[in-house]
Amino acid sequence: MPANILMPALSPTMEKGNLVRWLKKEGDKVRSGDVLAEIETDKATMEVEAVDEGILAKIVVPEGTANVPVNDVIGLIAEEGEEAGEVASPQPSVAAAPSAAPTEPEPRLERAPAPASAPSHNGEAGPRLFASPLARRIAKEAGLDLAGVTGSGPHGRIVERDVKTALARPSAPAPAEEARPTSAPMSQAPAGEPSARGDMIKSNFAPGSFDEIPHDSMRRTIARRLVEASQTIPHFYLSIDCRLDALLSLREAINSVAPKDKDGAPAYKISVNDFIIKALALALIRVPDANVTWTETAMLKHHSADVGVAVAIPGGLITPIVRGAESKTLSVISNEMKDLAARARARKLKPAEYQGGSASVSNLGMVGIKNFSAIINPPQASILAVGAAEQRAVVEKGALAVATLMSVTLSTDHRAIDGALGAELLAVFKSLIENPMGMLV
Amino acid sequence: MASPYDILIIGGGPGGYVAAIRAAQLGFKTALVEREHLGGICLNWGCIPTKALLRSAEIYHYLAHAKDYGLTIEGRIGFDPAAIVKRSRAVSGQLNSGVGFLLKKNKVDVIWGEAEIVKPGEVLVRPSKKSPMQPQAPVPKGVLGAGSYQAKNIIIATGARPRVLPGLEPDRRLVWTYFEAMVPEKFPKSLLVMGSGAIGIEFASFYRTMGAEVTVVEVLPQILPVEDAEIAAFARKQFEKQGIKFLTSAKVTKIEKQADGLVATAEEAGGPVQTLAAERMISAVGVVGNVENLGLEKLGLALERGLIKTDGFGRTNLAGLYAIGDVAGPPMLAHKAEHEGVICVEAIKGLGPHPLDKSMIPGCTYCNPQVASVGLTEAKAKEAGFQIRIGRFPFIGNGKAIALGEPDGLVKTIFDASSGKLLGAHMVGAEVTELIQGFVVAMNCETTEVELINSIFPHPTISETMHESVLDAYGRVIHM
Repeated sequence: MPANILMPALSPTMEKGNLVRWLKKEGDKVRSGDVLAEIETDKATMEVEAVDEGILAKIVVPEGTANVPVNDVIGLIAEEGEEAGEVASPQPSVAAAPSAAPTEPEPRLERAPAPASAPSHNGEAGPRLFASPLARRIAKEAGLDLAGVTGSGPHGRIVERDVKTALARPSAPAPAEEARPTSAPMSQAPAGEPSARGDMIKSNFAPGSFDEIPHDSMRRTIARRLVEASQTIPHFYLSIDCRLDALLSLREAINSVAPKDKDGAPAYKISVNDFIIKALALALIRVPDANVTWTETAMLKHHSADVGVAVAIPGGLITPIVRGAESKTLSVISNEMKDLAARARARKLKPAEYQGGSASVSNLGMVGIKNFSAIINPPQASILAVGAAEQRAVVEKGALAVATLMSVTLSTDHRAIDGALGAELLAVFKSLIENPMGMLV
Repeated sequence: MASPYDILIIGGGPGGYVAAIRAAQLGFKTALVEREHLGGICLNWGCIPTKALLRSAEIYHYLAHAKDYGLTIEGRIGFDPAAIVKRSRAVSGQLNSGVGFLLKKNKVDVIWGEAEIVKPGEVLVRPSKKSPMQPQAPVPKGVLGAGSYQAKNIIIATGARPRVLPGLEPDRRLVWTYFEAMVPEKFPKSLLVMGSGAIGIEFASFYRTMGAEVTVVEVLPQILPVEDAEIAAFARKQFEKQGIKFLTSAKVTKIEKQADGLVATAEEAGGPVQTLAAERMISAVGVVGNVENLGLEKLGLALERGLIKTDGFGRTNLAGLYAIGDVAGPPMLAHKAEHEGVICVEAIKGLGPHPLDKSMIPGCTYCNPQVASVGLTEAKAKEAGFQIRIGRFPFIGNGKAIALGEPDGLVKTIFDASSGKLLGAHMVGAEVTELIQGFVVAMNCETTEVELINSIFPHPTISETMHESVLDAYGRVIHM
């Protein structure tokens, strides 16, 4: 009896994903641990590894298929010498694990499979779909099933224009994102179908005076999460100026003694942002009531300070998380951030690396922003918006002096953290930044 | 009275005559009105005769460099301007009569004269008052003459003519347009070229090769202003090596004519005022649409910046009236006009063609080195908000280019980072005008980088530089 390869869940909330690519062909030998296929969600690409040994007997879901439900059979692994007939007609199933007792009848999928609405999910015979490579690529990125798209190109070929039209149409097949893990009623879209609203918006501009770039799944996710955050989280904002002179000289001292490898590259180069991550983590630990997450029934008080850091990447942004930052040294935080940021840009972060956290840092100081306020990244309860470090005139003991200052603004979820508590958190943060030696011990 | 035409086209340039042939193929009763020459400016005074001149220059250049290839030539290599011009005119003449033959073969009625649209459906043709540029091809045999003609659909394809700057008006003697520059009695020893678009640069390249001291004055900061900045800068360096001088962000403010030459005053933005002496000046500062004397104002036909406003199918604001080619807006290129003509006629027939997509119209400049491009420049792609990937490959890494003795060239490709869509391709170097079509086909087939990377390009060819440029955009370049 062949073993099923199931569509894996990359995260607890994932319901569907896109099967990007098969790395093995039908008939290929497979050993446990081999990478079989690549699966993609809105923010990450993951590899599916083989658990069993044998032969990849059948690819059930062809590569490039969008919206494959978690636990659907995507392929079959047969033992060597197993009869081909046994694997000829697979049934979608939710076999709990490939190791389920082979004699038991496989449990049926709870929700009835709907073959009519998802013809491409089972890779069975069907007319070949003619679509341009670009149309396929854009459809895949947007999680659109091309089976429902009418082609307007030569001989009915589906071209870029058709995919863009389909994505803009109210009846567009649901993109992968539609299965929303969170279901706060306030986050429901306002009345009107998205594309009808889109048409209304478009009617403000002369046709041809703009280009239409369909959203990819990251853009949809950003839009959905930020609308949800700004509509459901009662934000309030606290600003404070932090004096940076001591931190900057400490940073210089630390970086100047970094051991160098044989190529002369230093083992670390701490940035101001690394200090900020560390300071926020320590502040969250010292003000534990602010290291929380709001839920409808209870407050989650976190044991460690997991600090998210917003990273701008082509086409959007993502917030990888430095876990337990309070107990990590600056050099560890610094090197971890470099790795996370690089993999974020390559869209190779695992969901576990950007989900959760209790607070985030969003730093636009490097591009000269003086101060700003950020939108909280759910399920977190606060986000620290960091402005540029700059020399300003200050009054010290009644006289004017020059100091390097940085303005920060904490956006806080008022359901979880009240004003005085937020102020306390920020005061501890400021004190750590201004007395940075405290972060080294 | 004869039954009305289904389609009557005003203007026999590449847009008009191609539309006429396509209309006839689709079974329409078709007429074409022309006042001067079948094939239009392109064939008689533009694209084609300049290519003939540039071919003479190219061969002259090779002969002058014969030694580089191990060849010896006894005696002096010279040229005969009259013979070069004569050959160029003969090329135009041959193609001009070819267009007449094609129209006849397709049973298109040719009406000789100047057309005025009296109202939608009716055209009045009068003998042309315009004195034709000489030498001129003979009027084809069997054409219809002046009179009133009825047509269900009228397509305006009247083209464009050189723009004239006040105070710097061409006089046919010292200040030339492309007309005079194409049929000189002698080649000037020094030449001032106003404008560094395709026309200006091609003449600059031609006359420089034929030995003239050439200075090009461009009002914008970049020569070849529509091209990608990097490609234009590369080309400029090559031109400068050949001895062409450039003044950019500069204007000719006045000219003083002399017996056999002129002195021009030019001002560079923020720079000193310069006086430039030259035997001749070519004014190549763009073209304006031929919208006059057609009766358009009376009809209330909508114009925009002196050009007829159309949709992607050549339709104007008035039913039954269409416009294609230069008179219907930029880019003012023969191949765009031809394509528009075909779309317009097919739309009238109800074949449901797709509207003209201006993002995939290639452009070619036949200077030395050649320049060719399609799609968005790097600057335009960024302006449009694309996250882009750029690939570059220089000819110096290409075996065929080295073997040809043409190591100066560059191919630049621009992709949309997220979808792999080819947004633009830009080339400078030998033969690139013949190569750009590869990228045009790729764009029209909507390939991504994957299909281009997976395609096998023949070795040894210059086309391998195209492949390498795509590879470079994805960090996979081999020969660099």
